[in-house]
Amino acid sequence: MDFLRRALNPWGETVLIGVSWDLIWAAVAVGALFVAGHSLLVPKKKATGPVDPSEAAGLPEKILRHTTGARAFHWSMTVAMFVLLITAFFPLLGIRFPWVTIHWIAGFGLILTVVYHVYHVFAKQDIRTMWMGRRDVDETARNLKRALRATDEDPPRPGKYPADQKMFHHAATVVTLGAVATGVLMMFRIDHFLWEQNPYILSDAAWGWVYVIHGICGIGLIFLVIAHVYFAIRPEKRWMTWSMINGWIGRDRYLQNHDPKRWVVAEGGEGGTGGRVVAGGGVGASGGVVAGGEPSDAAVAGAKSEAAIAGAESEAEEG
Amino acid sequence: MAVIRDMIPPFELYQPTDVDAALSLLRTHRDDTWVLAGGLDSFDWFKDRIKRPATVIDLGGVEALKGIRERDGGGLEIGAMTSLADVAEDETVKASHPLLAESAGLVATPQIRNQGTLGGNIAQDTRCWYYRSGWPCYRAGGNICYAATPRSMNREHCILGASRCVAVNPSDTAPALVALDAQMLVARGGGEHQQGYAAADFFVGPAIDITRMTVLEPGDLLTSIVLPAPRPGARWYFEKVRDRKAWDFSLASVASVLEMDGDRVRDARISVNGVAPVPVRCEAAEAMVRGQVPGDEIALAAGEAAVEDAHPLRHNDYKIALMRNLVRRAVRDAA
Repeated sequence: MDFLRRALNPWGETVLIGVSWDLIWAAVAVGALFVAGHSLLVPKKKATGPVDPSEAAGLPEKILRHTTGARAFHWSMTVAMFVLLITAFFPLLGIRFPWVTIHWIAGFGLILTVVYHVYHVFAKQDIRTMWMGRRDVDETARNLKRALRATDEDPPRPGKYPADQKMFHHAATVVTLGAVATGVLMMFRIDHFLWEQNPYILSDAAWGWVYVIHGICGIGLIFLVIAHVYFAIRPEKRWMTWSMINGWIGRDRYLQNHDPKRWVVAEGGEGGTGGRVVAGGGVGASGGVVAGGEPSDAAVAGAKSEAAIAGAESEAEEG
Repeated sequence: MAVIRDMIPPFELYQPTDVDAALSLLRTHRDDTWVLAGGLDSFDWFKDRIKRPATVIDLGGVEALKGIRERDGGGLEIGAMTSLADVAEDETVKASHPLLAESAGLVATPQIRNQGTLGGNIAQDTRCWYYRSGWPCYRAGGNICYAATPRSMNREHCILGASRCVAVNPSDTAPALVALDAQMLVARGGGEHQQGYAAADFFVGPAIDITRMTVLEPGDLLTSIVLPAPRPGARWYFEKVRDRKAWDFSLASVASVLEMDGDRVRDARISVNGVAPVPVRCEAAEAMVRGQVPGDEIALAAGEAAVEDAHPLRHNDYKIALMRNLVRRAVRDAA
């Protein structure tokens, strides 16, 4: 199997024209093997015991893990990503429809969500929560040892995001930005209202690399989506998936799965970096309580104003 | 440009004599197989060495795919391997569907019409010279349209329906069949299924599949073309415009069928080719004509409506005026 497709251009030069579409099946196969291997071989995390009452003291019952803005970004990006993958790959698999316009419009939507995400991260969140630090490397090493059954000890509790989530995020960032950057260039080769079609902005060889990178990123996203969906539906991770829907996690989940020293949910809103806690009848929650269900921005805002939001979050990473 | 050579690269040749054998061969040699009808488009490709199929299935000996038969309840069934000359000169076709006879009679030259088939004419590939030169354009599996760049020579290319590729459908009989509301019968899966396609749906634009001109996939066989019974009192018009009066592909062609109710148009089907990757139904023009007396004024308006969505390339804006006038004449002069 050739990994790259080449052709002879009008000047007699052999140029790249893209990746082999057989790699679609390779990505699906690798994704399926990963899912099968992980579900069969990697030991499940030990059942977590009761939480330490001293850690629980002062914490509300519901702790905000994803703001409405973050969730809106996640689900908008999900829709854009699925539309992009379907419009990119279904026609190659024989399901034919006019895909080009839908594809670039979905790509445009993806760019908007990425821009919003970057703004949101810098303006509203603490970028350090997603940073890989020494402790994440250590956590990854311990996770690997556990996966290889070299130890049966669970790794220490992570901060807001476990190391594997951070790595997934960074991999998704790289391939998404790769696909977006090359996709914008590829829009010079199709007819649309945004700017004039002009394939001469790059040489044939450069175009070849644009298509190769776009193809590799697209195929990489197939694997990442398979892995992401797999982890999202695994029983021991579903609480994280729910938090991407309703925004919050329970206090016990927080204490069982996160190190309160690394993801600080401080009482009274001090010492944080813009994070929030949704009060659910915990300390000081006399008003603005989100009594189950999704914490709306209004509820959160109201709760904050009445000091019912018990604290703020910060990721106390060493960098 | 491609160099035409005398020697054609070798391939395995099969010459079935009945439809079942042809379908069986198509099932066995599904991929990398070329179906040969009259050979007029095929041998260009082979000599240019742009297409190098491993297997060629020559349908020339399949008599069942030839001939013109009247159907029960009216209408005609024309075998896909019926020669264009037979279609053009057949008295039944001339009497019932003169539009098709006229369009078939304007294909190329008498020699080519003797050898070329109706199925081959409608299923032929585009004439875009960038594509036919073997360069890696979209249609050839690459990622560029050489005909749609700021420096392209695209006088013969499309003004409607482009999607990355701007090549046009070159068939003369295709617009006539679309206007006549013909059905294409396609055998699939070694003959296990037969599927009928309305002529307008038989052709595939680049937005759907940039590497094909029709719905035919490897293993498929176009067996016949079914014409509905002629509408009493229907008027028709066909015109092909080309650079010279003989042996040339059309720059644009138009076919129309106007079903009349007294002196008013009850229903209209107007189809244009050579201006888009597929034969195009001019639905806006048709809507304008329905219920009207087809005079000069309404014909003029229909022509304007037909080109409303047209976008010319660098060298083909003349096609807008050409198409406008062809549609105008197809309404005004239908007889």
